[in-house]
Amino acid sequence: METGAVAKTDGTPVLVRKKKEKMYVTTLKRLLKNKLAVVGLIIIIIQILMAIFAPWIATHDPVKQNLAESELPIFSDGHWLGTDNYGRDMWSRIVYGARVSLVVGIVSVSLGLAGGVLLGLLAGYYKKLDGLIMRIVDLLFAFPGILLAMLIIAILGTGLVNVAIAISIWSIPTCARIVRGSVLSIKNREYILAMKALGASNARIIFKHILPNCLAPIIVFATMRMATAILSTASLSYLGLGAQPPTPEWGAMIAAGQDFMWTSPHMTVVPGIAIMLVVFAFNVVGDGLRDALDPNMDLNN
Amino acid sequence: MAGLIVRRFFQLILLLIGISFLVFTSMYIAPGDPAAIIAGPTATKSDIDAIREDLGLNDPFLVQYVRYISGVLHGDLGYSYQTKQPVWEAIMTRFPNTLNLAIASIMVAVIIGVVAGIISAIRQNSWLDVSSTVFALAGISIPNFWLGTVLILIFAVNLQILPVGGLDHPFYTVEGMKQLILPAITLGTGSAAMIARMSRSSMLEVIRADFIRTARAKGLKERTVIWVHALRNAMIPVITVIGLNFGFLLGGTIITEQVFAINGVGRLMVQAIAARDFPMVQGSVLLVATLFVLVNLIVDIIYVFIDPRISYD
Repeated sequence: METGAVAKTDGTPVLVRKKKEKMYVTTLKRLLKNKLAVVGLIIIIIQILMAIFAPWIATHDPVKQNLAESELPIFSDGHWLGTDNYGRDMWSRIVYGARVSLVVGIVSVSLGLAGGVLLGLLAGYYKKLDGLIMRIVDLLFAFPGILLAMLIIAILGTGLVNVAIAISIWSIPTCARIVRGSVLSIKNREYILAMKALGASNARIIFKHILPNCLAPIIVFATMRMATAILSTASLSYLGLGAQPPTPEWGAMIAAGQDFMWTSPHMTVVPGIAIMLVVFAFNVVGDGLRDALDPNMDLNN
Repeated sequence: MAGLIVRRFFQLILLLIGISFLVFTSMYIAPGDPAAIIAGPTATKSDIDAIREDLGLNDPFLVQYVRYISGVLHGDLGYSYQTKQPVWEAIMTRFPNTLNLAIASIMVAVIIGVVAGIISAIRQNSWLDVSSTVFALAGISIPNFWLGTVLILIFAVNLQILPVGGLDHPFYTVEGMKQLILPAITLGTGSAAMIARMSRSSMLEVIRADFIRTARAKGLKERTVIWVHALRNAMIPVITVIGLNFGFLLGGTIITEQVFAINGVGRLMVQAIAARDFPMVQGSVLLVATLFVLVNLIVDIIYVFIDPRISYD
């Protein structure tokens, strides 16, 4: 926070506090000291660049078939990652696949955050709502892993949009529980009680004073959740419940490649490495952020 | 103790009612008229109406729910839209495969996870520790369906020492074990990674405790200190992670069964979702969720047995 000089009316400063670093600058500095997190950040940045500039980075049309050049191995002329059974360029499909996984990840995590944060704030702040909301959350926790997402897809039908919705709903209970926990630990602090005594409205207290103080766990959750969302999108597409052909989606590419495992193993291996790198990246950055955002963490230890 | 079990049991019943209500409601609001699906594309409107009346689909929602639940309690989960087979029967013929897979995977996960975690902890910062940490990080990032595919590629396609898939021999036969190895590794790796991380940090904490120093001071062998005194206390948080992971594995079987073409409940569920076969989806989701909460309950109770300091009051 930047604290200006407290000046007397004639303009002479009596107290000049040293300009303090903004919180995110401190966090970023701490994060960059973590080697694994830096590797993760680089991978994430590459994925973002690939997603944004896909048309310029891809060498071919990702869905254009060319049966004359089907199942070319890796490092073939003009197709450095080879081609699939329809002669589509693997590199271009990977590049466009980065876009699909990033977009589905961001959409589902943001929707999940919106729902989870709101429910968590309400449950933590209003005692009357707490019982009801947390029982619903407990109920949603009874569906292990990807099962809840699959139940939602069973209702909505298959497809990438429905996968994004399903993953976002699946994120709500975990997020709500985390936020509720932080709200409970904050809401009886003195500065909140002071706000109440000053007559601030509940909405003002919740959104201007409690929410900003819950941000650290929310940021960590969101980063880790990106990894889960990307992995789940790929899994659901692999099962045939997500992206439909010819969409270049990594999980669907692996499913398609399985039939050609004997002749063209690169069709399954390459997209798998892409998924693994990205999921790994979000996991280590999440881990790093957790340490970096913790003010009690001793970096030298 | 008895009080705890009774209280947990009531909570369990409430939770099961909630689960069944949620599953039933979601299939109820799903688009598509079940009567029209059963009647087929060539049916007339009066045919469909007759089926609807016959199945009681015109009754109020709650009446239908209560009827479904009383059916469930009698082992009647309805009939599949696709195959017309009773859902209960379809699930029960496939359930042993799913259970075998889940148990084999949790064994793989616990053995690899606990051993790797403990070795990491007692040889902190050695190359063994570093490689186990890297393994743990990779383990949670590898998509398990891809790991399965790569394992098939190596051990079934190239080396040809293990079968490509299927699970049609009992698990206690050599054939059955051969068929279970790759799926169990595929499914167990992610959990092994989580268990390894938990065991490591828990063991590190326990090793520094006073009673371990006492145990060493009174001249016990290092092996006894680690594997008897430290392990027992370090395992308490690990048991929760194992319990959580068992549920996780039940969810994971859905994907692994697909990779290895194992006829289990998960594969049944995926096929049912793709075909919009609602009674089948309902039945299999209900089964997996019920099993999951039961496992969680058992874990909670075991927890109190191992560590009398914990109480849920």
